[in-house]
Amino acid sequence: MKARALAAALVCLVPFSVAADSFGGLGKEAPGFAPVVPGVEFTFPRDFGAHPGFRTEWWYLTANLRDGSGASYGAQWTLFRQALKPGPEGGGWDNGVVFMGHAAVTSATEHLFAETLARGGIGQAGVSGEPFEAFIDNWSMKARGNGIARLSLGAVGREFSYKLELTSDKGPVLQGDKGYSLKSESGQASYYFSEPFYTVKGEIVLRGKAVAVSGRAWMDREWSSQPLASDQKGWDWFSLHLPAGEKLMLFRLRGLSGRDFIGGTWISADGAPQRLQAGDISIEPLKETKLSAATLPSEWRLAVKSHGLDIITKPVNPASWMGTRFSYWEGPIAFAGSHEGEGYLEMTGY
Amino acid sequence: MKQAFWTLFALLAHWRRHRLNLAALLAGLSIATALWSGVQALNANARKSYADAAAAVNGADTRALVSRQGGLFPQSDYVRLRRAGWKVSPVLEGTIRLKDKTLRIIGIEPLTLPRGARLSGLGEKIGLEKFITSPGAGFAAPETLDTFGLRGAVASLGQAFPPVEVLSQAPPDALIMDVGLAQKLLDRHDQLSRLIVESEGEAPLSDVVGQTLRLVEPNQDSDLARLTDSFHLNLTAFALLSFLVGLFIVHASFGLAFEQRLTIIRTVRAVGVSARTLVAAMCMELFALTLLAGGGGLLLGYWMAQALLPNVAASLDSLYGAAVSTRLSLEPGWILSGMLMAFAGAISSAWSGLIRAFRLPILRTQPQAWREAHRHYLRRQGLLGATVFAAALAFWFFGGGYTAGFALIGGASLGVALILPVAMDSALRLGGRFANRPLTQWFWADSRQQLPGLSLALMSLLLALAANIGVGGMVEGFRLTFTQWLNERLIAEVYFEAKDDLAARRIEQWLGRRAEVEAILPTWRTKTEIGHWPAEVFGLRAHPTYREHFPLLSQSEEAWDRLTRGDAALISEQLARRLKLGLGDAIEIPAQDATLRAIVVGIYPDYGNPIGQLRVDADAFKRHWPLAPRTNYSIRVAPRKTEALIRDLQEEMGPSLARLANRAYVKELSLSIFERTFAVTGALNTLTLIVAAIALFFSLLTLNEMRLMQLAPVWALGVSSPRLAVVELVRTLIFAATTALWALPLGLFMSWCLVAIVNVEAFGWRLPFHVFPGQWAQAFVIALLVALAAALVPAIRLARKTPAELLRVFANEG
Repeated sequence: MKARALAAALVCLVPFSVAADSFGGLGKEAPGFAPVVPGVEFTFPRDFGAHPGFRTEWWYLTANLRDGSGASYGAQWTLFRQALKPGPEGGGWDNGVVFMGHAAVTSATEHLFAETLARGGIGQAGVSGEPFEAFIDNWSMKARGNGIARLSLGAVGREFSYKLELTSDKGPVLQGDKGYSLKSESGQASYYFSEPFYTVKGEIVLRGKAVAVSGRAWMDREWSSQPLASDQKGWDWFSLHLPAGEKLMLFRLRGLSGRDFIGGTWISADGAPQRLQAGDISIEPLKETKLSAATLPSEWRLAVKSHGLDIITKPVNPASWMGTRFSYWEGPIAFAGSHEGEGYLEMTGY
Repeated sequence: MKQAFWTLFALLAHWRRHRLNLAALLAGLSIATALWSGVQALNANARKSYADAAAAVNGADTRALVSRQGGLFPQSDYVRLRRAGWKVSPVLEGTIRLKDKTLRIIGIEPLTLPRGARLSGLGEKIGLEKFITSPGAGFAAPETLDTFGLRGAVASLGQAFPPVEVLSQAPPDALIMDVGLAQKLLDRHDQLSRLIVESEGEAPLSDVVGQTLRLVEPNQDSDLARLTDSFHLNLTAFALLSFLVGLFIVHASFGLAFEQRLTIIRTVRAVGVSARTLVAAMCMELFALTLLAGGGGLLLGYWMAQALLPNVAASLDSLYGAAVSTRLSLEPGWILSGMLMAFAGAISSAWSGLIRAFRLPILRTQPQAWREAHRHYLRRQGLLGATVFAAALAFWFFGGGYTAGFALIGGASLGVALILPVAMDSALRLGGRFANRPLTQWFWADSRQQLPGLSLALMSLLLALAANIGVGGMVEGFRLTFTQWLNERLIAEVYFEAKDDLAARRIEQWLGRRAEVEAILPTWRTKTEIGHWPAEVFGLRAHPTYREHFPLLSQSEEAWDRLTRGDAALISEQLARRLKLGLGDAIEIPAQDATLRAIVVGIYPDYGNPIGQLRVDADAFKRHWPLAPRTNYSIRVAPRKTEALIRDLQEEMGPSLARLANRAYVKELSLSIFERTFAVTGALNTLTLIVAAIALFFSLLTLNEMRLMQLAPVWALGVSSPRLAVVELVRTLIFAATTALWALPLGLFMSWCLVAIVNVEAFGWRLPFHVFPGQWAQAFVIALLVALAAALVPAIRLARKTPAELLRVFANEG
């Protein structure tokens, strides 16, 4: 799951409304919005696009990249869509939808990020299913051809930019129970699928210096109307590229009472998902790092007993702090132990 | 240090015995500070309002993109720029009429508003959902809510009108809302007036939106600040004049105090206080007095500003459409500058005394020495006056602009004022030569002896009178021209503005069916910008109404026929002067489709309008400004059927009308705006005169205390004290009358400067120069009344002096 996305979506509203709960609205009940129920079958390419009627939705892409010398980089591209009122979208300024984009580039020594906001309905930001394109200002994620198998991705921020070409030869992977992803014991959930098999080629520009890069990327698509429970205060989310083409998604939603909600999906190299049970997973922070904005774990021990996975993750750059309106940690990580590889980590609520 | 304090106490003891002089000193300095700082507060308040208005959305230091043609531009330009990486935020501004006043609508987009922007904190208070989702919300300052009656239910104001809430940081007379809502309310769909630039994109502006937009740098003064500059300079000039007049009082009081204290000073010095300590003590005294008077002056100034503010705000609103907050905010800088001005004034008035105290030979204490020595200054003063006058002329000649115009007025006034005592002295000497009776001889000689003590007061009276004549002449001349011009210009019987284009068409059809309607004349208007100055374009038809009546200053042959062809324009005098255009010149008018190139075929006066104006043919207007609302019309109708038509129009087309008025109402409205504009000038004028009267009053009163020494011998020779009192009274009246006569040419010169230089430079119109002998007579009478009021008390006192008091003079001498 990409609760992180949620986080950010709230972000939209943070400066504008005093959120009654810890997630600035994500845990808020959403009367009038479409509910998330099990047993709904996804239809592509329609579900690549936006889902009016639901309150919150996001397109979230993270890439683990390397330059010619083998140095690690990370890139993030996110678009959140938030409906301010239930019911059909209006035209023009009356659209009632707010978009928010986050983009970042991370190296071992740098973490540059940007944020932008836009109203729906006037052409400044939007998403279409076919041909697929998600855009806000001059940032875009656009399909080359049908579906989302081949994407062009670009974003520009202060002192950084990137242009990446993504290709995947496997279809989307449904998370949770055929795309129905439970987020709490009280029944909050989202619709959730991923495309974790992208290979990437492209260029990032960091403080005026262009670097040719290549690597792997993971896209998450998620939509909901009330994705969190009101007593959840933050989350830790991992997307990992395992050896031999396997993928792993793990998350932990931290409850205010100390009770965590844990979940994950093991994805085989051919794209077949296996839902992991909470008891099968262990997510344990090891070491903390103090940043100026927050003190939060920098090293984690992750284990999935059924697959004999026991690894320790370390960040490429411990200071991958997204100092956006709603701030959080998001950055590339490397891991070693029973398996070796790389991935992305998001931590919120610290 | 201790010694300095004792010296200070000795010096201060003087004031206990000369309370009148102390009062004069404090009053002079307080009034000077009050007038100066009061006007400064008014100006600062107005300027702050302009800045607030200009920076209502963006901060003062953000850049903006505006239409190159002036007016609005399509919203698609905004989207294009955002998609090209330009971080810009859309703004739509416009006005609606509510309760016969203009409410400024500011539409903003909260998500893209730069973080540093003035209203960016808005979100925290408002709540995004409420702001951008239907029915939306409007926010206004508390005073705006009251002025426009926006508290409570506003459902009656129409569907697009949102519920209104209080936001204290909102600019005056403005309602802030979402840009989408503003588009609906102003009926400007998919159009914007400005983009606030947070950062530029990589692609150059012209690559993204062609030539439609231009970048405005932040430090460029707002249009309002530029337009109202002359208005504020006018106020400042008055404040400076009053300050100067006030300082005359202070100067006279200090001079007098110095003379009166020579004995104390000598004693203090004789008992061993060094000159340095003495001067230190005098400085302390000066400091204490200034602090007291300056503080009082600031309070008085604040009060005055508060009293004048509603009027100033109303003037600025009607003249320039500038909304000025009627809440006076007290800035620390204002207190500081007011006190600094008080200190500068006090020091400039007292420094000569201080220097002389420092250099004073201990043994020389002849009272009145200063006054006698003053005669030797006369020649020098005359020379100085001539120099100041010449410098002012040179400044104007080489400088130019209305600042130079004011400098010319200031220099000339000061020069003439400085020359006044010299001229009077010569006149008195001449008078003395023709006198043959002893009493008259004494009268002339004694008058000359008194002149130095009164000269400063007379100078201030001169300035006040001259300002009265000068400004009064200008205002009266303006009123005459304005009224005449209004009569010529307002020809149509009925004026109306429709709610929107559709309503206008409906009304036009309705009027077309009425037999009594002789003509329906469009007066369509839109805003543009010519040479970076805001201007208005009017679309009209060359109907005989205009051909026969519309006042023109100059016109080409067949001007009206050429106008009909669509490639010619009539331009206002202001615009012609600003752009240095004459008949036959081409003018490029930025229009909505492209630039309209027109030949100037006529120049017309447009008094009272700060904005340049031009008139083109209605069809050309329609072609070149397709998006401009065409809602304003005037109607020609038989005069006796006017009222009936208005009534029917109101009854049948009421909901389609935004405004409807007959000629009398429009005229009355224009004249009331005119009157209000000059009300402040009038108030300041009167204040200056009052200050001058006070100066004269105190000078006479303090002089009177010392006059006994001169009068006692005359009384001893057999002239009764009542008779002496009459002589004193007559003398003062002669002084005042001479001053008034001297003020007349200066006043006329001032008036001419205002009409021929300042107005032209500041407003762009030249009025015919009129003279008003009635006003001169009035000024003359005022001068005599002021002198009478000032001299009466001393004269009565003198008349009531007992022989014992007069005799004591000789006893003291012994």
